[in-house]
Amino acid sequence: MRVTFSANGKPVEADDVWEGESLLYVLRERVGLPGSKNACEQGECGSCTVYLDGVPVCSCLVAAGQVQGREVRTVEGLAGPDGELGLVQQAFVDAGAVQCGFCTPGLLVQTDALLAADPQPSDTDIREALSGNLCRCTGYEKIMDAVRLASARTCAGKEHAE
Amino acid sequence: MEFLRPATWDEALAAKAEHPTALPISGGTDVMVELNFDVHRPSAILDLNRITELTEWSSDGATVRLGAAVPYARIIEELSGPLPGLALAAHTVGSPQIRNRGSVGGNLGAASPAGDSHPALLAAGREVCVEAHSVRGSRLIPIDEFYVGVKRNSLEPDELIRAVRIPVADGPQQFSKIGTRNAMVIAVCAFGFALHPEDGTVGTGIGSAAPTPRRAVEAEEYLRGVLAERGLWESGELLGPEVVQRFGELVKAAASPIDDVRGTADYRRHALAVMARRTLTWCWNDYRKQIRSAA
Repeated sequence: MRVTFSANGKPVEADDVWEGESLLYVLRERVGLPGSKNACEQGECGSCTVYLDGVPVCSCLVAAGQVQGREVRTVEGLAGPDGELGLVQQAFVDAGAVQCGFCTPGLLVQTDALLAADPQPSDTDIREALSGNLCRCTGYEKIMDAVRLASARTCAGKEHAE
Repeated sequence: MEFLRPATWDEALAAKAEHPTALPISGGTDVMVELNFDVHRPSAILDLNRITELTEWSSDGATVRLGAAVPYARIIEELSGPLPGLALAAHTVGSPQIRNRGSVGGNLGAASPAGDSHPALLAAGREVCVEAHSVRGSRLIPIDEFYVGVKRNSLEPDELIRAVRIPVADGPQQFSKIGTRNAMVIAVCAFGFALHPEDGTVGTGIGSAAPTPRRAVEAEEYLRGVLAERGLWESGELLGPEVVQRFGELVKAAASPIDDVRGTADYRRHALAVMARRTLTWCWNDYRKQIRSAA
């Protein structure tokens, strides 16, 4: 079947999609957006987290046909139009919150969603928000640092704007 | 495989009548795992995401009519007042991403004994019922008659779950679940408990410790009797350790768990008695506070 939707603000079209295929597969293999990672395929790890109509979801658990006509935003969509890193992405780089990098795309999208809802989360809020994103390298301390840094920069940016 | 995308509820019912073996999908948190791992290859998938009324809920003050696809995240955010037990259970489901997609309708459709909603629904009262619709009409299935076997429910092949009707809580409710961590855990076992001061009853629900979610009927009857005979609803006095202990033992006796990868039958029985005692104590303490502040 054919599936058309919006990915990072641009219309995309995928042909010959198998009816049982996941959104994750379509993103990675059919429309050239391999940022979202395929690790567990059962919603356990969060590496494939994307926004679907503004809500963070595991793209491995969304059937491709379900996104017909809807808006998807992936980790690629967190960067600016010329590829400059977004605020959350830059904070992860600056805090050294990346080791093998496989879990990073999901953590970035989930952190972006957390800070959009609550620019100044407590450590407990951060751990709760990231509880569905597994990292097997870091022990999460640098990731916590990165989210705190992104939060501080988000709040500073808001004050500046005011 | 066919992919069916009805735009309206009537179209969905017509599609289910025409394709009774079609597998309904909404949040996909169960269905997609089976497809990704090729556990199940249905003849057709019936996507319910376009049916907006499934993601709506309403309340007349006495009963909440919860649309089948209202995601857990919204139950936590919007319904923790009228449905505290279900909201607590919803909070233990998966992770934020899973709670953004998964729903009570999906839990009921899958009818896994480990579904987190079930103990809370059973405890919420015997009036809880599942609204099943088909092209033939609609019917209300009492929650006590809904679960019929391991991953089997009493829906007919042409029926879809439209909503669940749950009485608004009239007393404290609790939910407790055992797992290796807080997030992303399939329950080793779970327990839901509710006090219903209006009609002097209590509700229980056992998860992951029998072929289906089930009530601890004898435990409910025992506690109802004690509360009535000793006038505890009116006095709000302490239950005493022997009542709490006996309640825990009766809950434990109501389970028929198995040994599996998540835990042994013995551990499940032990944990259920502990959870029963704790949830009863929490709820009774809350109830005592309520009647003292009302006095």
